[in-house]
Amino acid sequence: MSELSLRNVSKRFGAVEVIRDLSLEVPSGEFVVFLGPSGCGKSTLLRMIAGLEALGGGEIHLGGTRIDTVPPGDRGVAMVFQHYALYPHMTVRQNMAFGLRNIGMAAAEAAGKVAEAAEMLEITALLERKPGQLSGGQRQRVAIGRAIVKQPKAFLFDEPLSNLDAALRGRTRAELSRLHQRMQATMVFVTHDQVEAMTMATRVVVMNRGRIEQIGTPMEVYQHPRTRFVAGFVGTPAMNFLPVAAVEEVAGRALVRLPDGSSVATSLPIGVMPGGALELGVRAENVVPGSGAAARVDVIERLGERTLVHGVLRDGSTLIYDEPGDVAISIGDTVQLSIDAAAAHLFDSEGRAIHA
Amino acid sequence: MSDAATTRVDAPAGIGQPRLANTLFVLPYMLIMLCLLAAPMLLGIWLAFQDYDMLGGWNGSVGLENFRNLLSDQIFLGAVRNTIQFVLMTVPAFVLLGLGLALALNNQLRRSAVLRAVFFGSSVLSVTIVTLIWRMVYMPDRGLLADLVTPLGAGRIDLVSNETWALPAIAVVTVWWIIGLPMTLFLAALQQIPAELYEAAALDKAGRWRTLWSITLPSIRRTVLVVAVIEVILQFQLFGQALLITGGGPNNRSRPIVQFIYEAGFRDLQLGFASAASQVLFALMLIATLGQMWAGRRRGP
Repeated sequence: MSELSLRNVSKRFGAVEVIRDLSLEVPSGEFVVFLGPSGCGKSTLLRMIAGLEALGGGEIHLGGTRIDTVPPGDRGVAMVFQHYALYPHMTVRQNMAFGLRNIGMAAAEAAGKVAEAAEMLEITALLERKPGQLSGGQRQRVAIGRAIVKQPKAFLFDEPLSNLDAALRGRTRAELSRLHQRMQATMVFVTHDQVEAMTMATRVVVMNRGRIEQIGTPMEVYQHPRTRFVAGFVGTPAMNFLPVAAVEEVAGRALVRLPDGSSVATSLPIGVMPGGALELGVRAENVVPGSGAAARVDVIERLGERTLVHGVLRDGSTLIYDEPGDVAISIGDTVQLSIDAAAAHLFDSEGRAIHA
Repeated sequence: MSDAATTRVDAPAGIGQPRLANTLFVLPYMLIMLCLLAAPMLLGIWLAFQDYDMLGGWNGSVGLENFRNLLSDQIFLGAVRNTIQFVLMTVPAFVLLGLGLALALNNQLRRSAVLRAVFFGSSVLSVTIVTLIWRMVYMPDRGLLADLVTPLGAGRIDLVSNETWALPAIAVVTVWWIIGLPMTLFLAALQQIPAELYEAAALDKAGRWRTLWSITLPSIRRTVLVVAVIEVILQFQLFGQALLITGGGPNNRSRPIVQFIYEAGFRDLQLGFASAASQVLFALMLIATLGQMWAGRRRGP
């Protein structure tokens, strides 16, 4: 059964439509990540689920009951804010117990729940401190602890890792994944960082301009982007896009010719090719050096375990491709590049991926 | 390898080093402060121990004589009592009303913007205008207050010539006059509270009162203290309203310390005696302010 259900949700701020007729079903226990650039409406959507933003239209249901008509405190959700929003004048213990005391839970029972959550998050030693005396990572844990004690039907995370340094962010990602495994709770996580989405999500919801571009597991979204936007947004480095100069037929299949004269033989039947301008998309790891079109090495980015090489084709377009970390190559070298046709993507003039 | 000594960045010349020329930057203020604040204050303290009369001139030091005279002066003791009563009436009102107004008007509504301006507006009036307005309000037969309460069956009402009500009437005028400052200070403090805190509280199912009590008030604790301290300092110096509305009467029941000082010094020309009264006022204000700061710090984080 679906735990969280958004039905035809919409929202506008003045003349700007931020969410357009959006529907989504989140099964119980899923870790869903809303991924998208800033301004895509992902945070607004999360805040609408939390009850901090009114709906323009549509309904939200959680655990079988409609929640968009009840106040935030009655929705059965807990939220971890971007800046944590810990109560500065309360100790960690009081911060975590505040919500429990407000629903009339007995002090002893609340204390038990706080102690339990503190132990799970390893913050027992911090319970008597105030937020001002904690590091960013510790505050993060307290904010998560404050959510956990409420035993909500759904956890909502609003870019909670964006204030942490890189090392801590990596660690917290793993901890959140572990926490999700352990609690089997429904979690909705908003981020603009595709690494966070790829590493933690059971399903990724890629959003752009108030609309869902694609919903799928991280690997589905990575390997089979439904739109050019998803293809370009997910993955580092971003996917290479080359304009298609012409489409030819070879044994019923489409062969696309690139502006520099080289060609890529796809497995797509010629019949599915739409008219209009096409674009070929290919990830860096699917560009194979050694043979094919000539390219001049323009930029070399050494990342340690791999090297990203920017090759400029004869027509001036750039292809970024992967080499091993210690590859012997220098700027100005000429290389031969070919594209792994099986892993390449074709997009029509509307940005939709073309499938067989 | 770079040599640590050669890469050391020298601080720009003059920064962090004592230099006589730097004194010039603070000199203008120092001069004003010394001439207009420090010197008069020291002179006043010295005067308090002298027999100094504007007509008779200086007749030498009299030790604590001026203070002894004050302690046996019923009018002065009455003025001290009046002033303390006035402070006790107005300061809580400034804190509570100022906070109440700020809470009510801390939003984006157009109506609130207008009301903020209205409530602050009276602060820009001078004490003469304010007392003129309120004397019309308090006029026994034709005043606004009389017009309001007479239809309700109340008899002739004359607050300013009533021993019990004269001082509270002045307190009302004072609160009406300058409620704008505490309101503005509280508004500024309320706007410093991050919206996320209120959102977290909403998700924590905190109701209105719980939010006010557990989130808002603790967040503006310092401002409450600041407003209380400022108002104590201001209201101990009550003068103009009392002089212009009641003249200190009836039967001295609304005479504040500053009016006593003014009368002793500029009417009776006894500068030493008046200075001694000023020192008593200074001591009272100092004690009240330190007491508040101490109370505020004790409950602080």
